[in-house]
Amino acid sequence: MTAIAGDQMVCIELVELVTDYFENALSEHDRRRFEEHLAVCGPCVRYVEQLRMIVDLTGHLDERDLELEPELREALLEAFRGWRTPSD
Amino acid sequence: MEVVPQRPVDAEEQRLIARLRAHDEDAFMELVERYSASLLRVALLFVATRAVAEEVVQETWLGVLAGIDRFEGRSSLKTWIFRILTNRAKTRAVREARSIPFSSLAQAELGDDEPSVEPDRFLPSDHPRWPGHWASAPQSWGELPEQRLLGAETRRVISDAIDMLPPVQRTVISLRDVEGWSSEEVREALDLSEGNQRVLLHRARSKVRAALDEYLADAA
Repeated sequence: MTAIAGDQMVCIELVELVTDYFENALSEHDRRRFEEHLAVCGPCVRYVEQLRMIVDLTGHLDERDLELEPELREALLEAFRGWRTPSD
Repeated sequence: MEVVPQRPVDAEEQRLIARLRAHDEDAFMELVERYSASLLRVALLFVATRAVAEEVVQETWLGVLAGIDRFEGRSSLKTWIFRILTNRAKTRAVREARSIPFSSLAQAELGDDEPSVEPDRFLPSDHPRWPGHWASAPQSWGELPEQRLLGAETRRVISDAIDMLPPVQRTVISLRDVEGWSSEEVREALDLSEGNQRVLLHRARSKVRAALDEYLADAA
């Protein structure tokens, strides 16, 4: 996928670089090419928005919390009390 | 919420640490309540069963008690606790004979050439006018009410898609995007280079996007 349209970024290249873009890991040069492409490409804007949405939605998954088993809680409390008052 | 790598303890954690060192039971249980669910989820990324994961969580808390007096606060308390956890979990995973180290699993996953989007969604590189541009643009999710996107169905689709990922990609996206770890923390826990971590994270996110896209297309 190289040597397409001079130095301009094309869609198939951009979709591989979105996480690099989010993480500020692109070179100055590539960041500019990325943003110049987005300025003229609606479908890529949509793609980038969707990937950002995935990051946000994934960030909400931790709300399905695993319950701490009462036995584990009890065991930890016991361990703490043992630690607090060494038996020897 | 993005954290500077190795952020030292803040004032709130400082107080908790002092109370813990003073053997304050409430402080300990406060920490247990705050982090155990996340510790359990992270442990499950490394070991095969819930029972073993719970043991690892328990060992972690014992490790916290054993080490708190020597904890120097160069990382945050949270980072330190999760570092204890990942060390124990990795040790257990090896003992359980799920012994392929993460680094070789990662090499295998990186070796595959996986495009983020199916190549046939783009025009060919020899297309006279628009080489490498979208042949069919991504469909809009925009008409979806926010509620639906945040609903239980969507979460299930995303959660299932994450479960289907190759192990290292699953672990990276879970730590970064579900648990909110910094890239520095993930690199340290999984012994990955920054670049490789990013490649695996991007592949994971791309596949989850594709899975949700497919689900929304079917449901439309």
